[in-house]
Amino acid sequence: MFKSVLDGAERGPAVTVMVEGQEVEAWEDETVASLLLRHFGTARLTPVSQSPRAPYCMMGVCFDCLAVIDGKWSTQSCLEPVRAGMSIERQNGAREVEQ
Amino acid sequence: MTTDVVIVGAGPAGMAAAIELRALGLSVLVADEQPAPGGQVWRGVERNNATRLAGALGTDYARGEALVRRFRDCGADYRPETQVWQVEEGWKVFLNQGGKASVATARAVLLATGAQERPVPFEGWTLPGVMTVGAAQIMLKSGGFMPQGPVWLRGAGPLPLLYAQQILALGGRIDGIIDTSAPANRAQALRHLPRALRDWRSLAKGARWMRELRRSGIRMVKGVSEVRAEGDERLTHVTWVEDGQPQRAPAALLLTHEGVIPSVHATLSLGCAHDWNAGQRYLAPRLDTWGETTRGGLFVAGDGAGIGGVDAAVARGGLAALGIARRLGDEVDGDKRAAFEADLSRALATRPFLDALYPAPEGRIPDGLMVCRCEEVTAGRIREAAREGAPDPNQVKAATRAGMGPCQGRQCGYTVSRLIAEEHGIEAGHAGFFNIRPPLKPITLGALAALELPEEAE
Amino acid sequence: MTFDALVIGGGLHGLSAALQAARRGMKVALVERDFLGRHASGATAAGVRTLGRDPAELPLSLEAAETWHVMEELVGDSCGFHATGQVQVAEDEAAMEKLRARVEGLQARGMSHEELIGANELKSLVPAMTGPCVGAAWTPRDGAADPHVTIRAFRTAALAAGVEMHEQCAVTGLSRREGTWIVTTSKGAFEAPVVINAAGAWSAEIARLAGDPLRLGLKHSMMIVTERASRVVAPVISAMGRRLSFKQTDAGTLLIGGGVQGRIHDDGQSAVVDFAALALALDTTRRLFPWTEGLRIVRTWAGMEATTDNHLPIIGFSNRAEGLIHDFGFSGHGFQLVPSVGRVVAELAAEGHTETDLSAFDPARIELERDAA
Repeated sequence: MFKSVLDGAERGPAVTVMVEGQEVEAWEDETVASLLLRHFGTARLTPVSQSPRAPYCMMGVCFDCLAVIDGKWSTQSCLEPVRAGMSIERQNGAREVEQ
Repeated sequence: MTTDVVIVGAGPAGMAAAIELRALGLSVLVADEQPAPGGQVWRGVERNNATRLAGALGTDYARGEALVRRFRDCGADYRPETQVWQVEEGWKVFLNQGGKASVATARAVLLATGAQERPVPFEGWTLPGVMTVGAAQIMLKSGGFMPQGPVWLRGAGPLPLLYAQQILALGGRIDGIIDTSAPANRAQALRHLPRALRDWRSLAKGARWMRELRRSGIRMVKGVSEVRAEGDERLTHVTWVEDGQPQRAPAALLLTHEGVIPSVHATLSLGCAHDWNAGQRYLAPRLDTWGETTRGGLFVAGDGAGIGGVDAAVARGGLAALGIARRLGDEVDGDKRAAFEADLSRALATRPFLDALYPAPEGRIPDGLMVCRCEEVTAGRIREAAREGAPDPNQVKAATRAGMGPCQGRQCGYTVSRLIAEEHGIEAGHAGFFNIRPPLKPITLGALAALELPEEAE
Repeated sequence: MTFDALVIGGGLHGLSAALQAARRGMKVALVERDFLGRHASGATAAGVRTLGRDPAELPLSLEAAETWHVMEELVGDSCGFHATGQVQVAEDEAAMEKLRARVEGLQARGMSHEELIGANELKSLVPAMTGPCVGAAWTPRDGAADPHVTIRAFRTAALAAGVEMHEQCAVTGLSRREGTWIVTTSKGAFEAPVVINAAGAWSAEIARLAGDPLRLGLKHSMMIVTERASRVVAPVISAMGRRLSFKQTDAGTLLIGGGVQGRIHDDGQSAVVDFAALALALDTTRRLFPWTEGLRIVRTWAGMEATTDNHLPIIGFSNRAEGLIHDFGFSGHGFQLVPSVGRVVAELAAEGHTETDLSAFDPARIELERDAA
């Protein structure tokens, strides 16, 4: 869906994050929503009808990019810059609670 | 923590106000959701100006760096990646920084929270592959991400033109643009042209974008109806009806834009008076010349005060700073005020022209259309609930759950109000809006429980 | 416009009285200043609870409990009621002792709706409650309903029964002439020999207009709603000696309340949430359900409700204004009583008397000197 025109020095440092158990290279300052969009093209399944959704507004007002980031459910991934070692999962359906 | 002023938002208005307030010797805390200052318009400007993106994003983008630099040096207590989840009269601003909640007290508050793109539901708008033009532009400004084909744009307004032109400048590809604006609006807009000529540079810029797009060979589709995003799990095609004939084109991305509207959740939740902009169909807080709301000590600047664009935002930020200082007992520098007011007047010169050219769309919303993205409520269900009771969005919300999801009505609010107004045969602005229930942004129970309270709140 | 009875207040108690009066053949109108269910009825957690009721309320509460199980018969809809049971837990022996005394007292009077259960039984009933508890009182036939579905069902039934409904219709005056009340409103005058005052937080104002000044307090209990979560908790949970009410709705959201008070908005007509107070009140929730820590709060609110000196409602004829029936002051726990209190009030309106003992709800205990009004 998206591919960067930047490379080399312009691109800035790369960071490695864990996306659903796999190591994925991301860009410093890119948001998690951006990474999900590039990697899967979707972010979650809705809790009401389990329909796939992708980040829609990228600026914190649609909540379609909710993801599980470092174990924290329902995080607005468009407001979350990637950081090295971060663990990211898509949120499928109603959030689970850890008892 | 107590400061003279808390500013919410580090876009053009918030930054300009912070710089001015600091120059007046007042202490300022600036909370912003993004990792760097600039707002949406100048997002990432410090980083991007050193890359090849700078040329394509244009001089209006590049010049933001100067204000960002002044803001970083102004001595404000700047809090990036910080959400404001509640504002209480008094004034208390509730912050959430990395999952840690706290309260900042202040003598005055400036909301500089800007705008969001107007949500206009259409068939398939929830499919992955459909996103807003603004969202795609944020991808461009945060890492130089270009849309990969086939790429279609639908909608109206200056932003799709600007974005398409930026993508072309970087060697990218746009397959087609579906213009949803009504041709009749052009005649309406011409009446406002004389005033708009005060800012002929902006008009010339718009005309240049149009020329470049025409020369680019992008397929331009006009005067169509029933634009749809199609696909099963994700977008595969965009379809429309042109001269009575169904049309269909493959698409991996469909970027939509129907103008922008002020963000009003905070002022609505605080019970500030608002006025209805009938042409643009949005609410904006009622403000005095300084940007002060009907709640004394609460100010609004930037697009949150009514859509005006970046230069209007900077001018309004400056005016609000003077107004806040005045409220806190300082004398106002008359020359400064006059200069900000002249800037604002010039910046707003093209607004009546643009508003007439791109009014809020009025097409019939089919019953099957998903209006509330969070709770998945259709227009038909909302109409049914609207018919059953008083013309009040809160009643419809209670009956249907529309507006009860995590976005708190930011995507469906105006559509729900519009459907109610249509069912009851009243003017669009008379149906009101959802009561905004705090928190303004969802906060975890644990963060609330661990809230650090200021002493006077005990 | 002339009617047999005029109901002031479009909350659930007003709707229930109007419905049941109309079913008795009366010509009934209902006026609501805002829209139906705007205040307490729309802000309630909708607990259907006999558990821990004041003994004075129990006869009406047990009668209502039976109706909740066959709600279709009254309003043609289950009102989203599920008999998931209600549990009042004891976190320590002292609290358990209080529960034991209450349940044994009820049993001594021949009432068996509450049962005592031990820690193990409680654990199997609510596995998701991981905080330490020694036992609980348990009412398996209690549960919770959906407040909005309930409002809608009562409205639909009342309309079908012939009740004339006027929303956005504010009462401005009441006067009595030759055995008839003349009620002036923003939408014209209504006449009826009987007026039912079901105006919730504004009932004292209506009573004052009718020449019956009363001492009534206000309550504005706060509620928290979280995002939708996977299903984890079935019964409604409260805790002895704690301010807690905890349930999971059909949508999966968690509804957390328990009577922590918000503040009156400066317009005097609505309540606002006080986050500082709310933050301090989450201890019990976090102790019993530590996993709620990461749940997102999507919405909070504070309702507006009338409260009385001893938290018992006012139900019955005014002692000083002829033809005025009071039906308010439920002090935050009136939702379950809607069917039975509506039955009693309709009986009073139609027959002028009832066999039900209303002595505990007599307005005399909150009457003010008329001069003081």
